[in-house]
Amino acid sequence: MQYLVSVIDDTAGLATPDEMAAISAFNERLKAEGHWVFAGGLAAPSTATVIDNRGEEAIFTDGPFLESKEHLAGFWIMEASDLDVALRLAAEGSKHCNRKLEVRPFR
Amino acid sequence: MSAVDVREAITRAHREEWARVVAALTRRFGDLDIAEEAAAEAFATAVERWPADGVPPNPGAWLTTTANRKAIDRIRRESKRDDKQKQAQMVYDDDPPEPPGAIDDERLRLIFTCCHPALAMQTRVALTLRMVGGLTVPEIARAFLVQETTMEKRITRAKAKIKAARIPYRVPSAEDLPARVSGVLAVLYLVFNEGYLATGPDTDPVRHDLTAEAIRLTRLIRALLPEDGEVAGLLALMLLIEARRAARVSGSGELVTLGEQDRGAWDAALIAEGHRLVRERLAAGVAPGRYQIHAAINAVHTSARDVRDTDWSQVVALYDQLARLDPSPIVALNRAIAVAELDGPEVALAAVEQLEDQLAGYHAYHVTRADMLRRLGRSQQSRAAYDKAIELAGNTAETAYLTRRRDQLG
Repeated sequence: MQYLVSVIDDTAGLATPDEMAAISAFNERLKAEGHWVFAGGLAAPSTATVIDNRGEEAIFTDGPFLESKEHLAGFWIMEASDLDVALRLAAEGSKHCNRKLEVRPFR
Repeated sequence: MSAVDVREAITRAHREEWARVVAALTRRFGDLDIAEEAAAEAFATAVERWPADGVPPNPGAWLTTTANRKAIDRIRRESKRDDKQKQAQMVYDDDPPEPPGAIDDERLRLIFTCCHPALAMQTRVALTLRMVGGLTVPEIARAFLVQETTMEKRITRAKAKIKAARIPYRVPSAEDLPARVSGVLAVLYLVFNEGYLATGPDTDPVRHDLTAEAIRLTRLIRALLPEDGEVAGLLALMLLIEARRAARVSGSGELVTLGEQDRGAWDAALIAEGHRLVRERLAAGVAPGRYQIHAAINAVHTSARDVRDTDWSQVVALYDQLARLDPSPIVALNRAIAVAELDGPEVALAAVEQLEDQLAGYHAYHVTRADMLRRLGRSQQSRAAYDKAIELAGNTAETAYLTRRRDQLG
């Protein structure tokens, strides 16, 4: 079972060196314990471009599709046997990256 | 067997076997939806058949077998439709069979799944009452004053989340157990409190169905987790409050305060049982949690034959102990009420008014303040505080009591 673990950020700042180190160590553990699928940090929401090609021609819009106080700063895709396991990993992850996380199952 | 006897047998079977049937089927078929529907169908079949065929010698086994058959029928119907999708929606459970002697009651799994922290509190309450308590959706909707369709949606959504997010169907690990048990107790206490002081202009002031259901489910948890002090504490607390039910509302529908209640109308058997549990916890010699301390406070109150015999210094000491665990303004407010009896209303009022910033929107703050001002002869201020309390109170019996008190001010 795979879960998307999103990092929710309400600051513009990137992770501090201490946070980065904690996240790296956590990632190594995820790999060692077989929970790792993928993870990545994202550039600021202002660097996003929205594309809509449902009509005649593709329309490109500068900026994120949703302007909000909180944004997606990064994510993990984790392998976990059930939600309890995913929640425990996410609780640890939240401490290490010092951000709120959202856990959502893949279909 | 008379029709009345059969009806009683069905009611009893529903009370005693519903959760067991749902839990066993969830374990077997890995699906709450199938379990709930099949259990409901099995009870409907009993209503149809038992009056003619007679009550089976082992109603629980009959219901489980019937429900199993209904579930298999449904799965056969659906597997023709879409095997793969159904497979993906199974509730996850990879536990090996429990060794004998372990907590092997399936109902415990059911309770922990329904009270999972990934579900909203009101959802946990609704799901627990439906799956474990066996209340119907209309009954639960009525209890919480929401539309039936809203409640149906809430429960359906919860079941869908349990499947999609794979909320496990198992007793939590030892490491998680204390926090998860306390989550279950919070659900049961919420159900109890809604019954004890029902809100809403059109409900009975005391919803005995809800307090009784909360007690019944807490007894079940207690039977399943007999070593847990807080479970015993919550049960004792509920029993000692429930024992005063008959005395809490007057013939004219007014709330009667603890000090004014006819103590002869208290239920002696419930009090004895509550006291026994409190003594058991004291003898255990383990530092008590919140529910145990609350139960001890209620044990002090119910030990006094007359309100004047109340050991108020003991009550204050218990609130001090509680405040160390739970330094909330509500605990401080209740402590102040006991202080008023020990050191007089003037000392207590000062303590109460320190809580204004935190509790200005809480009706009990204004009730307490109004009462203390009244006792100090400060009628005008008291009246204003009663006005505020009446405005905020949601319980019909309490509103009636407060209105009379206000109108009696000189």
